[in-house]
Amino acid sequence: MAIRVQREDFDVGTEIAALTDENPRIGGVTSFTGLVRDMTEGAQTSAMTLEHYPGMTEKMLAAIDAEAHDRWPLEASLIIHRYGRLEAGDRIVLVIAASPHRDDAFEACRFLIDWLKTRAPFWKLEESLNGSSRWVEAKEADDDAAARWNANDGNKRAG
Amino acid sequence: MKILYFAWLRQRTGIGEEEITMPTAVRDVATLIDWLKLRGPNFAEALEDTSAIRVAVNQEFATLDTELSGTEEVALFPPMTGG
Repeated sequence: MAIRVQREDFDVGTEIAALTDENPRIGGVTSFTGLVRDMTEGAQTSAMTLEHYPGMTEKMLAAIDAEAHDRWPLEASLIIHRYGRLEAGDRIVLVIAASPHRDDAFEACRFLIDWLKTRAPFWKLEESLNGSSRWVEAKEADDDAAARWNANDGNKRAG
Repeated sequence: MKILYFAWLRQRTGIGEEEITMPTAVRDVATLIDWLKLRGPNFAEALEDTSAIRVAVNQEFATLDTELSGTEEVALFPPMTGG
């Protein structure tokens, strides 16, 4: 029910508390936090820059969120996705799903992050040690994860 | 119409966004890409492999055969890697 696309960091505990406070119908809340993984094996802090498509990003995240509410009886949900330059260990994304029962909260949370990965227009530019950079390639495993929830018409080929 | 390029498509074409008057030869996304490729070697190279390109028309996912009238916002970008 809420979408935020922001440069700033977020606090997971604060967000969960704000989402679930004063709603006694919530019996379970599940969250997923995505972090920047260190790709350089400790030799040097690795970093990346996240680019996105302002306007479409918010639209797609809202559509994914609405789809989750259609599929599961959710009392509350939240998607926060950061953009800009992030370093290893930084939080990138937060997904929260809250429901009367845990099964719905777990499934909806997984669905939200799986669909987000293949449908939200974000691109990661990774910095490497020698100062060059490369665009992260989409993974087939992410398409497969999204396809489990079927009706995956998001990231299909243009050709 | 407005054309937007993201990620390596933005880098290779050297353009983030531009306004163009749609040529009469353009009917859909495929013919738009064909026309864009004629604008220079950087465009030809960036747009050569359409299987590596995703398209949005008016911020909705589209395909090569999505028809265009000339007033749309068309975005070209690689497969998404968020999350």
